[in-house]
Amino acid sequence: MSGQPGVPDDTPPVEVLAEKALVEPEDIPREVLAEDAAAVLATAASSAEAGTSGLILNATNVTKRFGGLIAVNDVSFTVPEGAIVSLIGPNGAGKTTFFNIIAGIYDPTSGRIAVRDRTMVARPIRAWLEPVLWVAPAVVVGLISAIVVAAANSETIGFLGAAVTLAALVAMLLSAIARPDWYQRLLLRLGIFRSARPNDMVKAGIGRTFQNIRLFQNMTAEENVLVGMHIKLKATLIDAMFSTPRNQREEAAARARAEELLNLVGLRGVGGELAKNLPYGDQRRLEVARALASDPSLLLLDEPAAGMNPRETSDMMALINKLRTELGLTILLIEHDMKVVMGISDRVTVLDHGERIAEGTPDEVRRDPRVIEAYLGAPAS
Amino acid sequence: MTALRGRLAGNPTIDQVRSFASAHRSLAIVAAMVVAGLILPILAQVPPFSGFQSLDVWIGGFSNAGVFVLLALGLNIVVGLAGLLDLGYAAFFAIGAYAYAYGSSPFSGQHFPFILMLMVGALVAATFGVLLGAPTLRLRGDYLAIVTLGFGEIVPIVFLNSDKYTQGTNGIGGLYKPEIPGVEFTLLNPWPFYVLMLVIVTIVMVLIYRVQESRIGRAWMAIREDELAAASNGLNTVTTKLLAFALGASTAGFAGVFNAAKLTLVSPDQFGSTVSFAILAMVVLGGMGNIWGVALGAFVIYTIQIVILKQLNAFFGDNHIPILQDINFVQYQFLLYGLALVLMMLFRPEGLFPSQRRKRELRAHDAAATESEAVAAMDQA
Repeated sequence: MSGQPGVPDDTPPVEVLAEKALVEPEDIPREVLAEDAAAVLATAASSAEAGTSGLILNATNVTKRFGGLIAVNDVSFTVPEGAIVSLIGPNGAGKTTFFNIIAGIYDPTSGRIAVRDRTMVARPIRAWLEPVLWVAPAVVVGLISAIVVAAANSETIGFLGAAVTLAALVAMLLSAIARPDWYQRLLLRLGIFRSARPNDMVKAGIGRTFQNIRLFQNMTAEENVLVGMHIKLKATLIDAMFSTPRNQREEAAARARAEELLNLVGLRGVGGELAKNLPYGDQRRLEVARALASDPSLLLLDEPAAGMNPRETSDMMALINKLRTELGLTILLIEHDMKVVMGISDRVTVLDHGERIAEGTPDEVRRDPRVIEAYLGAPAS
Repeated sequence: MTALRGRLAGNPTIDQVRSFASAHRSLAIVAAMVVAGLILPILAQVPPFSGFQSLDVWIGGFSNAGVFVLLALGLNIVVGLAGLLDLGYAAFFAIGAYAYAYGSSPFSGQHFPFILMLMVGALVAATFGVLLGAPTLRLRGDYLAIVTLGFGEIVPIVFLNSDKYTQGTNGIGGLYKPEIPGVEFTLLNPWPFYVLMLVIVTIVMVLIYRVQESRIGRAWMAIREDELAAASNGLNTVTTKLLAFALGASTAGFAGVFNAAKLTLVSPDQFGSTVSFAILAMVVLGGMGNIWGVALGAFVIYTIQIVILKQLNAFFGDNHIPILQDINFVQYQFLLYGLALVLMMLFRPEGLFPSQRRKRELRAHDAAATESEAVAAMDQA
């Protein structure tokens, strides 16, 4: 579980996943929120493939507050298809918080994030209405059957009514858990918006790695990659139990693909090693392979070269370049190592104190006085 | 032991058998269970075991042990694979048993076939598994343990206090025996139950093994290792955990139906929290995460508890050994349990029959510890 020594652990605890619906007290004007909500609902329904703007990721006015602390303040940010975009900034600038919002771990306090023009992450709208939706069908069915029972005075009908009521309740709860497409559409039609969870973002084609390595330590390298492939595999419980030919074919193909991915990131022949026994640099590579396994179109890399020596760093840069040229991936990375950032990025965005202070090509950013000030301090005057 | 293993490895026939077994694991499980099923009755007729009790009593005891093997296999899914500590597992055992009592007894006036009730019992237990799982998904570790402990207490108490539907303390008696064409199940002949139990355990083991090796099993392990990383790799943690609860509960449902049909009686006192703890102890002592480990652990512990402790009393009593002859070992079984658990955690934390993975996991820490000790010693020198 614990990260590598010396690397700060700023990924949120799992509890955050469960508490996403809780919103901190803030003082954003109502009109802004209402405008925001209208925009979210208007863009949340568009289908995933309908992107027309050529932007794979589009963050609009994202703000995140933790109590009184403004971690990210009104940041707008786009990632065009096929680019390598970097997010840099001094320690505590809000880079990782922003990253975690994109990955679906935090809900923003305001603003929204669209994947291929479809809003996925935003402040929840009318989330309180959702539990009502779970109970409502059961209440309606229950009332109707109660009236019928009172009229017909039959125990059989009473029993049937109770059974149907219970079934309605269970069905709604199960769909709330599994969240099929029709359920999501129903929510939007009722004006309810629930921000995407991390696994929804993976489904939308966004893979990520962590700043402090979070591999499945006691699973082998191959198994780590296979877990990353989970959403691509279709085997059901029945397939698994009866070892159907479909399942066998799929497993064999998955293992072959896992080996391919391990080779791609330069981990040939270590598939059987436990993840925690791999050297540090290899663990970072394995995390990349695991993120690639879900066939993402956008890869989020959180400090991929953290804690690496110069040689490992240049290997990692080569790998990132290879991912773009060979797999056609779009890459968004957070990085401290300026050599890495300036060497491979097409665009660089600089955050400081939660605000975007510069955006442009590496050369533009390097010369920007505000960036120099943020990193080196204001010149004495 | 190592020498023996070395000799076996050199033998080409043994090698062939071994590679065949690893290629066809399901067949290997079936073969091993058939062999075990044949050896056990023979073993029971060999001194000193033949002196303990008659063959029929042994065989009856074996099928009771099978019930606990089933329970341990089911709990292993929840605790060993998915890493969710469940202290109220006996509740699902009770639900399976009462499902049989309602489906096949003079009390309810129904008489559905045994095989059907086996499925129904598993299904009902699985439903309650999901019902318990759904609200506890946000909880982890200690908190989850407390909630499941509560559930384990509530279920027998509900059965105890709903006199009208369950006959309270008396329980529901006179349940119908299983009816399978060509086989006669009577109270006096334990053999049909023994064979039936072997068949059920074998089927359950094969199914669980296959699920464990599939994408679902990997997802469980990933959630046990790191829930946030699992979610960030596309796993729906909610459905995955619920599936673990449901499958674990349905295995307990099987055990409950079998046990009820064998005893022809269900009463609330069969399902107290001591049963939950005993099953958990079996899983831990046997070797969490390894189906053979937990199955053997459950079998050995149950046999020791029921047979060997009684024999100790008789042995020391007959030989008039001072002090020991005055101790009633059966009364002290929970003390012995506790002692065994403490010793186990100190000297063999991976369990009696650990999975290779868990052994590596726990022993690797030792290796790291000795290494750092060695370094410290060198520093001092």
